[in-house]
Amino acid sequence: MPSALVFFNELSDAPSKAQRELLTLASRFDRATLAVASEVPQFAQDVISGYAVDKLLIAPGNSDAFIDHALSALAAAVKRSEADVVLVANDNFHREIAARLAVRLDGAVITDAIDVSADLVVTKDELAGSYSAQAKATNGTLFVTVKPNSIEDAPQAQGQQLEVQPLDCEAAATPAIRIVATEAKAASDRPKLTEARVVVAGGRGVNGDFGPVEDLADALAGAVGASRAATDAGWISHDAQIGQTGVTVSPQLFISAGISGAIQQKAGMQTSKCIIAINKDVDAPVFEIADLGIVGDLAKVLPQAAEEIRRRQA
Amino acid sequence: MTEETTVPLKIVVLVKHVPDVQFDRHIDSASLRLDRSESVLSELDEYAVEAAVALVESQGGFAAGHEVIAATMGGKSASNSVKKALQMGASSGLHLNDDALAGSDTVATSKALAALIEHVGDVDLVVTGMSSTDAETSVVPAQLAERLNFAQLTNALAVEFDGASRELTVRRDHADRTLSLTAALPAVLSVTDQANEPRYPNFKAIMAAKKKSITEVDLAGIGLEAETVGASGSRSVVLNATARPAREAGTVINDSGQAGIALVDFLAEQKLI
Repeated sequence: MPSALVFFNELSDAPSKAQRELLTLASRFDRATLAVASEVPQFAQDVISGYAVDKLLIAPGNSDAFIDHALSALAAAVKRSEADVVLVANDNFHREIAARLAVRLDGAVITDAIDVSADLVVTKDELAGSYSAQAKATNGTLFVTVKPNSIEDAPQAQGQQLEVQPLDCEAAATPAIRIVATEAKAASDRPKLTEARVVVAGGRGVNGDFGPVEDLADALAGAVGASRAATDAGWISHDAQIGQTGVTVSPQLFISAGISGAIQQKAGMQTSKCIIAINKDVDAPVFEIADLGIVGDLAKVLPQAAEEIRRRQA
Repeated sequence: MTEETTVPLKIVVLVKHVPDVQFDRHIDSASLRLDRSESVLSELDEYAVEAAVALVESQGGFAAGHEVIAATMGGKSASNSVKKALQMGASSGLHLNDDALAGSDTVATSKALAALIEHVGDVDLVVTGMSSTDAETSVVPAQLAERLNFAQLTNALAVEFDGASRELTVRRDHADRTLSLTAALPAVLSVTDQANEPRYPNFKAIMAAKKKSITEVDLAGIGLEAETVGASGSRSVVLNATARPAREAGTVINDSGQAGIALVDFLAEQKLI
């Protein structure tokens, strides 16, 4: 049975939903180890001990130098755990450090995974979710980046004692990159777009007003998304962009409002479990993939739906 | 960008010929490789070419001796993407053309590209797009930084270059923050689609590109053994690939004033609320 290592660059609070999904996936393997390249608060350790993780390795970051500490910590954790498979988040930062270490250790890296079997066959999305492929490593340690919402979060261990150890790592050998400024992003009470169970997204059809989209997202405790046309128009932050060049999402429910469904827009949403589309244009391609299509004015339909949800939940 | 560098910059911008995302794309069920007909310059690489050319323009332009080499790897048709980059202002082209490259994963791709960049020699900056629009791994820039021991400045939302100190500063999203990161050359830079507005080549630029050269090299020419790249040099293998069944259209209703309620009824039926 292969052994697994999960790696988080930071764990400032309790593990996020995507991080808990990685811990659940790791429990399928032998001797799961978690390594974190920053301090791990006691509260987070308590949550982690609910998963079948044998060992927690902590390498506190002291670094103003971007990426170097994470690379050193992951390299040390791979060596220490002797893991056959390393599981990391699918975001850019974790993809990049996994890919660099695959090169450094002559191993393999597979991105956009939705599942990893006990014999290390990786199921992954290709071509923005229009294909499903299986791939495996032919040599060395396998690094896998796993998409959020792919594994059902299922803690299983009951009051298990978590063995916590410090992880020593070598000083960085790579050229220094200095962090010269840090800006916090505007805090939001909404769930993260990539991890959300519900996404309400607006496109060109919102005509500059994301109010109705945000209103329905809030009624459903969902995230707000947007097509590239809407972010390019400056109606909403680029962080909200979904599609070929933005993020692809796989929520339980995707509500598309005023998005035509051109092929690269469909690409960003087609792995959603349920799609509802609202568009004035009866010929919009989005209706070809929607479980429920509504030909109508989103400025009327969305507020009515939001009000009805609040009425039923009251 | 107040002062210009006095030492000419040698920049390699990597471009990739990929199936046009405006059409349905297919993976061949026998070879498990992507059907590469109907290919174009990856849309996301246009931002890379623009970033490289704009950087040179801020430093006195090509008259100051700077170079922007548009480089690619792949079969014969891949040179079409180099041509597009030349029309957008790159000063010369380079094409690593070798059949043995087919089937390379990111580990093998980065090996071939790193060897190509070392073959060029004295490269100050490698510029790429944030991701290819075919495999979408977005990891090759980081792997090149690893192999070349260059600073990794990837996924840039904005780019600034200080010619006097020869330092590059980028803005990048990281967890719940946006960071400004600075590093000295040599570096690998990847830019997002927010970094700039790629220029559209005009007639004059298209005519000028015809006079620019594209140098062709093969693996032997850059000192790589064929078996270290392609399928044999890859560390992962695709076992199968199947098209997801097309989603079927469900019910479509016209709003006659109650569609918001119908939407909520549907959510309740699907147990989504």
